[in-house]
Amino acid sequence: MNAVVSDEVKKRSAGNYVFGPQMYYLLKCTMCGAGNFVVGLGVLFAIWWATVYVITQNPEYAHYANFGLIPAFEAMPDLWVRGTIPDALMNSMYRLGMGLMYAIAIGVPVGIVIGRIVWAKKLTNVPFQFIRMISPLSWEPIAVVAFATWNDAIIFLVTIAAVWPIVYATAAGLEKVDPNWFKVARNLGANPWHILKTIIMPAIAFDVLTGIRLALGVAWIVIVPAEFLGVTSGFGYAIQDAREGMTYDNLMAMILVIGAVGYILDSICVMLIKKFSWVKESKE
Amino acid sequence: MSIRGTEIKIEGLTHRYNAKSPLTFNKIDLVSPPGEVLAIIGRSGCGKSTLLHILAGVLKPTEGKALLNGESVESPSPRWVMMFQAPHLFPWMTVRENVGVGLTFARWSKNEIKKRVDEAIELVELKPHVDSNVQDLSGGQQQRVALARSLVMEPELLLLDEPFSALDAFTRASLQKDVRAIAKRLGFNIVFVTHDIDEAIIMADRAVIMAGSPGNIVHKLDVDLPDPRERQDPSVQELRSRLMTTFEQAAYSKEEAPAAASGQ
Ligand SMILES: Nc1ncnc2c1ncn2[C@@H]1O[C@H](COP(=O)(O)OP(=O)(O)OP(=O)(O)O)[C@@H](O)[C@H]1O
Ligand SMILES: [Mg+2]
Repeated sequence: MNAVVSDEVKKRSAGNYVFGPQMYYLLKCTMCGAGNFVVGLGVLFAIWWATVYVITQNPEYAHYANFGLIPAFEAMPDLWVRGTIPDALMNSMYRLGMGLMYAIAIGVPVGIVIGRIVWAKKLTNVPFQFIRMISPLSWEPIAVVAFATWNDAIIFLVTIAAVWPIVYATAAGLEKVDPNWFKVARNLGANPWHILKTIIMPAIAFDVLTGIRLALGVAWIVIVPAEFLGVTSGFGYAIQDAREGMTYDNLMAMILVIGAVGYILDSICVMLIKKFSWVKESKE
Repeated sequence: MSIRGTEIKIEGLTHRYNAKSPLTFNKIDLVSPPGEVLAIIGRSGCGKSTLLHILAGVLKPTEGKALLNGESVESPSPRWVMMFQAPHLFPWMTVRENVGVGLTFARWSKNEIKKRVDEAIELVELKPHVDSNVQDLSGGQQQRVALARSLVMEPELLLLDEPFSALDAFTRASLQKDVRAIAKRLGFNIVFVTHDIDEAIIMADRAVIMAGSPGNIVHKLDVDLPDPRERQDPSVQELRSRLMTTFEQAAYSKEEAPAAASGQ
């Protein structure tokens, strides 16, 4: 009786809904301290450096030296000054932002519907799981025909990749909203707007943000290959361009930036999730 | 905080859940003067919760009406607040935010909310916990928060449906005394449903027994005891056994009669 939040809810809130325990694992790991940050990154860079070093010991492969850690870092200031990195950043982030925005605008209401209406959940299960399992990139040829510009086509691909985690996380959040909260609120004079603002939104914020975090991860992964074709901007294009120009130091520098930006975006999500999480670990 | 009570007048109150279901209760009449703490006791299924929900304005009577100071109850209102068996606190809010939530619905200013919330929290003795997460409180403390959340609205009438039945005996006993003391201090009415005869004796000014199907009030008993009431006082014990006897007689005789009649 003691618990405000039932164990059932706690179990589900651990991110166990569609994505399984890995979400919980991810959350925990991103919160590791600064020490782990430095050491972890150091090990990663060391392996990178060592691999290229070992390979280039063989004179036949000496030209692979540009794939190394140090050339990548050395290439970065120039790429920044010339505008390659800022341009790629602006264009990719714009597509990512638009795609995510559409995914949220579609995903949250759809999630609310399937979280609240049982038959909607049952009816949509098969088609949604079916579409969800199709790689977003396989829509590219269709998207190019369907949309006027490549830009819009890429935004569509991001949207379709990002919408699923948001739909299912929102639905999971809604299922744990206790109907008694509505009863109490109405008793204290709440109108429907109060109920939405004071109860539903804070109650599901954590889950929606968890969905957005997963969506962002998927979208950031999808956007690079999506930009390989058709457009002349963004990180995907920059990678493709570096490959064709055989400027491998630039290529590795872009890869570094992609990783760093992804990490930063994810960390922002984690901060927001922590802020909006209200389920406490049980006292036991 | 100053709350005044209300005169509750129930006139020919009849209820059925839907056209096919039998009458829940038939033509109940009852008057409760301002400031009275009234207990409703009765066996399971005789319509106590239904009656309470009608008084709270969340259910509509089939016939008759419930009047508070002459005004018919049609919908929920912060003036007549219902408290449930479980506290149902909002876990993402602190104690202070939970208590103040009804005032934010009513668009009170921040300063006034703070003032009133502080008073209500003091009343239920949770001052050290104002900024705690409600998930860190014990069951009894949580029910106190729910009580403060209702009291802060300064209702004329507080409706309680088996409010302490989920708590342990010690917590329950102290809350029973506290709630009565607060009601007497502030002067609002309470109507509460209970299965616990002791609870009725410790808390109420008057107990009514509901029985039968369709249900009705079959007996009223004044609980005319000085405060504070202690369970082991001879006068409490004496009244308790009287109420118990009356309850058994009333509940069973009424229960048997219609059952036999409908058995044919
Ligand atoms: N939603 C409903 N629809 C139809 N019948 C109902 C509904 N709720 C309650 N009833 C019936 O109405 C009668 C009175 O119910 P009520 O909940 O008021 O009883 P109660 O006296 O509060 O019982 P308890 O002491 O067990 O809480 C019962 O016979 C019950 O079966
Ligand atoms: Mg009941």
